[in-house]
Amino acid sequence: MSSFVSALVPLASSEDGEGGGMHMPTIDELFPQPFWTIGDGTFWSLNRLGLVRIIATLALVVLIYLGARRARLVPGRGQSTFELLIGFVHKQICEAALSPAAARKYLPYIATLFVGIFALNITGVIPFLDVSSNSVVAVPLILALCTWIAFVVAGIKAHGFGHFIADNLFPKGAPKVMYIILAPIEFLSTFILRPVTLTVRLMANMIAGHFLLAAFFAMTSYLFVEASGALKAMGVVSFIAAFAFTLFEIFVAALQAYIFSLLSTVYIGLAREGH
Amino acid sequence: MIMYLAAEEGAPEGIGLFIPPWNEVILAGICLVLIALAVAKYGVPRYLKVLDERAEKIEGGLKRAEEAEAEIAQMRSGLDAEKEQARIEAAKIREEAKADAAAMVAAAKTKAAEEARRIQESAQRQIESERKAAEISLRQDVGSLATALAEQIVGEALKDKALAGRVIDRFLADLANQSETAGRGA
Repeated sequence: MSSFVSALVPLASSEDGEGGGMHMPTIDELFPQPFWTIGDGTFWSLNRLGLVRIIATLALVVLIYLGARRARLVPGRGQSTFELLIGFVHKQICEAALSPAAARKYLPYIATLFVGIFALNITGVIPFLDVSSNSVVAVPLILALCTWIAFVVAGIKAHGFGHFIADNLFPKGAPKVMYIILAPIEFLSTFILRPVTLTVRLMANMIAGHFLLAAFFAMTSYLFVEASGALKAMGVVSFIAAFAFTLFEIFVAALQAYIFSLLSTVYIGLAREGH
Repeated sequence: MIMYLAAEEGAPEGIGLFIPPWNEVILAGICLVLIALAVAKYGVPRYLKVLDERAEKIEGGLKRAEEAEAEIAQMRSGLDAEKEQARIEAAKIREEAKADAAAMVAAAKTKAAEEARRIQESAQRQIESERKAAEISLRQDVGSLATALAEQIVGEALKDKALAGRVIDRFLADLANQSETAGRGA
């Protein structure tokens, strides 16, 4: 168990100690050494990000359990928050792009996307966790592929395989000759770029957020501890900036969850409606 | 088993950044399945159930309010009809009372008139009978007076038979005349 705790203690322990200058974050930080590996680590190897991911998942599951437990007509405070959250996904995301019946049908998936992505994002600003496990490709990629499967299945169900493919590859109203160019472009944008952009948008936002916060806190720490005289005062400025970016990252965590869910819903809606 | 790997690779290069290793996929998959189960089997059904119940309750409440309103309107219209009917009935009763009063007054008048006539008649009859009684008693008095006179006359003038006869005749004639006049006067 002590290995779990030490894994959670921020990366400062691996720094080269006092007077080592300012520690600027690198991409290697997102790939820390695993501390628990089974076999050669191909199928099970847990590093700090994995642990953060597990903590976020368990916290979310417990919160959902607490929020949904004893759901009543007149809600308590916890239930209100829970209803507000799922209600937001239902009204603002699902019903924005889908018919009411389809919104109910896809609500479980879209709500999973929203609360799941948000929970895994928000660890980036929670003290001692300090990193979002969405900074690595696994979760964004899996979810993007799920969305890809969801909208392809929805389209085939609604229009049949041939029609769905034709609708997407040969947009109506274009001259026949143009299809030579249009079909590959449409194929690329619909079936390749949609999941790729979903993945990269989420992952890159989390990486950037982590770097931003890590850089500002490292700078603050350096200015306070090692800088001399007037430069120490600059530490206050960088601390305020770090605090502001922390608030900003909370916003980004929610925004990216919202964008991912909304785009997924829109893709599913487009596939169902056809062109 | 837990073991530490002293040396492990750092960040993957280039496209490797976007290809997750299997252990990441497995861990991420487990976490996402857990989240999906919690949301889909627990969170969303509860949310929808409460949402539906609440909608139903609100709809039911609105419906009940509508029903109550309709009932009140119906009651009010019934009340109006009843009021109208009561008014008509009151008017009828008033009319009847007026008619009754008129009838009663007329009856009383008739009865009074009859009574008056009856009283008058009985008074007349009494007067008549009294008059008759007086006449009879008068006749008797006149008779006795006449007798008394006759005795006197008889006593004084028996000597003169002729005179006596003339006197009696004249007296009787006068009497007859008198009673005739009285009878005509009555």
